[in-house]
Amino acid sequence: MQESDEALIGRVAAGDKLAMQVLFARHHVRVYRFVLRLVRDQTVAEDLINEVFLDVWRQANRFEARSAVSTWLLAIARFKALSALRRRPDEELDEEAAAAVEDPGDDPDLAVQKKDKSEALRRCLEALSPEHREIIDLVYYHEKSVEEVAEIVGIPENTVKTRMFYGRKRLSELLKAAGIDRGWP
Amino acid sequence: MTTTDNQALEREDIEALLPWHAAGTLSRRDAQRVEIALSCDDELTRQYELVREELAATIHLNETLGAPSARVVERLFAQIDAEAASARKRSFNLATWIAGQLSQLSPRTLAWSATAATLAIALQAGLLAGLYFNDRGGVGGDEKKYDTASTTEQVVSTEGSYVLADFAPDASVAEITSFLESHKFAVVDGPRAGIHYKLRVSPTGLPKADLVRIAKRIQDDNKIFRFVAPTE
Repeated sequence: MQESDEALIGRVAAGDKLAMQVLFARHHVRVYRFVLRLVRDQTVAEDLINEVFLDVWRQANRFEARSAVSTWLLAIARFKALSALRRRPDEELDEEAAAAVEDPGDDPDLAVQKKDKSEALRRCLEALSPEHREIIDLVYYHEKSVEEVAEIVGIPENTVKTRMFYGRKRLSELLKAAGIDRGWP
Repeated sequence: MTTTDNQALEREDIEALLPWHAAGTLSRRDAQRVEIALSCDDELTRQYELVREELAATIHLNETLGAPSARVVERLFAQIDAEAASARKRSFNLATWIAGQLSQLSPRTLAWSATAATLAIALQAGLLAGLYFNDRGGVGGDEKKYDTASTTEQVVSTEGSYVLADFAPDASVAEITSFLESHKFAVVDGPRAGIHYKLRVSPTGLPKADLVRIAKRIQDDNKIFRFVAPTE
């Protein structure tokens, strides 16, 4: 039977490097993808997950098991990603923001792919704001409950539901602009 | 609030829960609420299909992001190894080291060591007693047989200023020695009660205020000292 994440954290707190390797192998790809979606830079994302797991090694004894280990990891990762984004030069952020708000309807490539709804959907998911992208990833890809998202993002549970709703609504608007009307909202 | 209002609120709530239902992360109770609503609301069912499309697209998008390079794991565990080695070095403790050395000795060796130490102490006591009686002219004698510089002068100086100190458990012998040498302090007694050491911080008697100030300055060096207080 697979050892639980909580048991691994207990062993890591006692300085067990093998437990750390298992924990890393189990979670590093998802944490990396979560961070990469926020910072949009592979090198920065790799540096950040290195920091996340180093923190886990140093602070495993502070884990209180009130939440899942994966939730704890994502919360640490999010904090580090946002700190890294704040350190970025403003012009870099402006360029990224401009790329994010670019109307997908203006993209000739996308026009060709209009019939491919799934591809269009993925392009529009990419074009969402970091705030909406983050919540959609946490719910759909990282399979986090309302309570867990609230803990990771640091917002009330009702705000989680509202933000998810508006994220999805914005997605429909982007699709509509790309010529795909989903009939909702 | 009317029944219609309640139904509208309930529907709104169910609608908000659809993404979590699709991801399978709702509680059993909420999942049942959603299932019941879906079974009798075509518009909600259509919306649920949209949610499932979004779910599939999000998973696909994330799965195509790849994985971090091998350098991450190499760097991480190199750092962990370095920290572990550094922590082992930092945690060297004189008392632990002595205990460790003693624990490696056999009972027979320990017994011989104790006997040798007892003999050494007895010899020292005999020499000191001899010096004392020589200094006072001997037992029943009227004159001193000989003088030495060490016995005519002070044997142990009572002059000086002292503090009582506990070393931090993590302080290494090298750190302690270096600190004492650089400040020209000396350990003159201890450990008292197993942890307190008496340090001479000045060869002359200092005013109490100066001694308090010195004790505070030493205490501020938290890496080496856990507790410092002036003493007689």
